[in-house]
Amino acid sequence: MKNLVILGAGTGGTIMANHLHHHLKQPDWQISIIDERKEHYYQPGYLFLPFDIYAPEDIIKTVEEFVPKDVKLIKKKIDRILPTGNKIELEGGEELSYDILIIATGAKIAPEETEGMKGAEWHKSVFDFYTYEGSLALRNKLRDWEGGKLVVHITEMPIKCPVAPLEFTFLADSFFKHKDIRDKVDITYVTPLSGAFTKPKATEALDHLLEEKNINIESDFAIEYVDNEKKEIVDYGGRSIPFDLLVTVPTNKGDELIERSGMGDDLNYVPTNKATLQSKEYKNVFVIGDASNIPASKAGSVAHFEAEILTDNILLYIKGEPLKEEFDGHANCFIETGNGKALLIDFNYTHEPVEGSFPFPGIGPLRLLKESRMNHMGKLAFRWIYWNVLLKGTHIPFVSATMSESGKHYEKAEPVLN
Amino acid sequence: MEKTIDGKSITVNEEGYLKDFNQWDEKVGEALAAEANITLTPRHWEVLKYLQKEQQNQVALSIRRVGKSGVVDIKELYQLFPMAPLKTATKIAGIPKPASCI
Repeated sequence: MKNLVILGAGTGGTIMANHLHHHLKQPDWQISIIDERKEHYYQPGYLFLPFDIYAPEDIIKTVEEFVPKDVKLIKKKIDRILPTGNKIELEGGEELSYDILIIATGAKIAPEETEGMKGAEWHKSVFDFYTYEGSLALRNKLRDWEGGKLVVHITEMPIKCPVAPLEFTFLADSFFKHKDIRDKVDITYVTPLSGAFTKPKATEALDHLLEEKNINIESDFAIEYVDNEKKEIVDYGGRSIPFDLLVTVPTNKGDELIERSGMGDDLNYVPTNKATLQSKEYKNVFVIGDASNIPASKAGSVAHFEAEILTDNILLYIKGEPLKEEFDGHANCFIETGNGKALLIDFNYTHEPVEGSFPFPGIGPLRLLKESRMNHMGKLAFRWIYWNVLLKGTHIPFVSATMSESGKHYEKAEPVLN
Repeated sequence: MEKTIDGKSITVNEEGYLKDFNQWDEKVGEALAAEANITLTPRHWEVLKYLQKEQQNQVALSIRRVGKSGVVDIKELYQLFPMAPLKTATKIAGIPKPASCI
């Protein structure tokens, strides 16, 4: 019997288990998935938890209920990957051999990369919202915060869900308006980029929204340290921005497991072929989701689109046939803009987000790059889709893994190095 | 967009980045630096040459990577090219704006 091992039972790993168990069956194949965690978190929910829009029970389920019965779930800490020996070492020394390995260990925040970030004010006036603990602590803080200087800050790119900090900012604006204290809150958005987003057309639209909502933007800010006493963030150029409440997105890195295994780049991401999702170094190792270094957004929608192509490629690899070079970097994200509205963006490696309609060209019902209530309903409906459709690997009707160009108003984006 | 530097015509994109590195020489570099109010010292040139070499080797540039290169640390990079150092330095070096952010 052959072994296919998946590391990580988050979004990407769980989807792959659900796809592959239809194709790789006993007695020929045993699929195993390894993750020490008991809970599966709906990470997009971390955005809504601080504002009491979602409660903890809306965003936490067990890992177990999404893993198919014929897939072996191993709840242990992974110590190391030994890629030249095709083995995994688990905590305690137990070893597991694989014929094919899928790395789905994701990315997480590393506040320790910035001096003073995880200092005396951590989770007192300095918060992250990229972890369950951070998001919950921020909710408790916001419940009785009376106003002052709110600074929303991105440390460095790439980060998971690059639009989340902007959404947080828009939702905060809306939250304080509803509490009738917007006039007591000064909101500043601080980014290492030159504008609100990484893609020019979307940046134009988003910069405009920031201005309309009376949110200051400080761009090209490369943080050097957090001053816990003066309560300010200071950049390498000496620019300092004071805060009463800092909501920061720390540096994101791949799992330490990747570093321990000597398989990552300087941020612990695994060098991966961006079209086939095969590891650049090891033919029988594949990478899905945030764990890879491909120049696509680190987002659940990307993992979902990758999964369809990766499933085909793993089956081709088993047959000894050439892999499909089909992944195009497709991402599809709702952007909450507050007051019950949202934008929708759809883009890939070569095409930046533009205006248009989705998923039906010319019809919609969702509008690309335009604020609408329908888009907001889409974002909220997505939580149901995530738990009931996406994790189970069911194809979402009318939304293809590679991006459709019809119904959109294009100009070609600049190609990305990699 | 066409520009004339020291009697030589160069083509830049809408953000001011040189479209063809073959049009670059040290004179062009100095002129582009002057536009950013920077007078190039030997230390600047070390950084610029390093960036050009990395670009040739198709390495995706980021502040983090440059900071760990051993050529220059981030603090000094900011002193040499204030505000947005990597964007400014790549422009002067005649190479594309880093696309390391997604």
